[in-house]
Amino acid sequence: MTAPHRSGQPDVLQVRGIACRRGVALLFSGLDFEVAGGELLCVRGPNGCGKTTLLRCVTGLTRPDDGAVLWKGVSTRTDALAMHAGMAFSGHLPGLKDDLSAEENLEFALRLRGATVSVEQRREALAAVGLEKRRRLPARRLSAGQRRRIGLARLSLDPAELWVLDEPLTALDDAGQALFIEFLDRHLARGGLALAATHHRLAPPSGVVRELRLG
Amino acid sequence: MSRDLQLAWRHPDEAVLTVAFFALVASLFPLGIGAEPQLLARIGPGVIWVGALLAAFLALPGLFAADYADGSLEQMTLSPHPALGWASGKIAAHWIVSGLPLTVLSPLIGLQYGLTPDTLAVEAASLLVGTPVLSLLGGACAALALGARGGGMLLALLALPLFVPILIFGAGAAEAQATGLSPAPHLSLLGAGLIASAVGLPWAVGAAVRIAVD
Repeated sequence: MTAPHRSGQPDVLQVRGIACRRGVALLFSGLDFEVAGGELLCVRGPNGCGKTTLLRCVTGLTRPDDGAVLWKGVSTRTDALAMHAGMAFSGHLPGLKDDLSAEENLEFALRLRGATVSVEQRREALAAVGLEKRRRLPARRLSAGQRRRIGLARLSLDPAELWVLDEPLTALDDAGQALFIEFLDRHLARGGLALAATHHRLAPPSGVVRELRLG
Repeated sequence: MSRDLQLAWRHPDEAVLTVAFFALVASLFPLGIGAEPQLLARIGPGVIWVGALLAAFLALPGLFAADYADGSLEQMTLSPHPALGWASGKIAAHWIVSGLPLTVLSPLIGLQYGLTPDTLAVEAASLLVGTPVLSLLGGACAALALGARGGGMLLALLALPLFVPILIFGAGAAEAQATGLSPAPHLSLLGAGLIASAVGLPWAVGAAVRIAVD
């Protein structure tokens, strides 16, 4: 099920025999894959095939019906916090507070992630995603794409090794998508790894891209 | 926690509503019942406690629901901090916004019922110990009711019966003081309730939230 080209780095994330059912429908079972530093694994498949569920099973948000997720060789059943410390998750829900400004949202999100980031770094990150002038506006006054850009700024400042991304390009314009690819490329070049569910073709110049097809 | 407080500060209407509701309910009773000093002094502590309980309940549905809807709860569950920490923080923020102002306001309300200074002090003390228990119990119920259809009704059915013992001991403390008995047993029981719930309930909140985001 997994493509052959590998980067030769040790596997940081290993998934063994994972299975999940929703009601009576079996979404997937006996799924094995691993992701090493510098690799991007794209999960593909038609709508409703379980891409989001697979991502949520890997993060630990959803409990899989069978199988195990190993982070640096240790099962997340025994130590989930170690994996959470090294993982940034970007799902369908933005995790933004409408009443807080872009800057405050970024500050709280990063504090929750346990990252120490200076005010200047936050401003720079917001400037890089094009929200420099709007950083004091409450998030409710931003467009869907601009809200996604706050998420991009968060990813760029998050020290996490693993990015788990569910449809990362949704609502982003061409410039935003290019920006995301740039961030992803930098992340992979640093030795980070990423797991993404997407219908788009992600092709960061550095790093190894593999595909996992569901359904 | 600091984020919740900042949100409450940015949108004070909800917190103000809680306090205004408490003040209104407690002030309407003397008007409705009439100026009969003995009767008012007799029912005062109980009415104030019922008002505080309902006001604390009023702020409960929003405690986790907004974070659940916008994905903040997912991010909290996936944060490298243990659930105990952020669950306690959210409950503490709820108390600072609802329980603490009610406690501070209670002596003023008590004056309308002609309560003696000792009784006022005991009433405030019982609220100081009792309202955090309300926040803890209510927080656990709010987390359990997350994602359920008709969550508000479910929350009332879950939380209000659990609030009853706190109400009995809380109002009992001030009443004992007013009738010349020692309020100590009531306050000790409330204190014991606070310790037990502070130890156990944040953990339960974390577990309930994890089930809700699944």
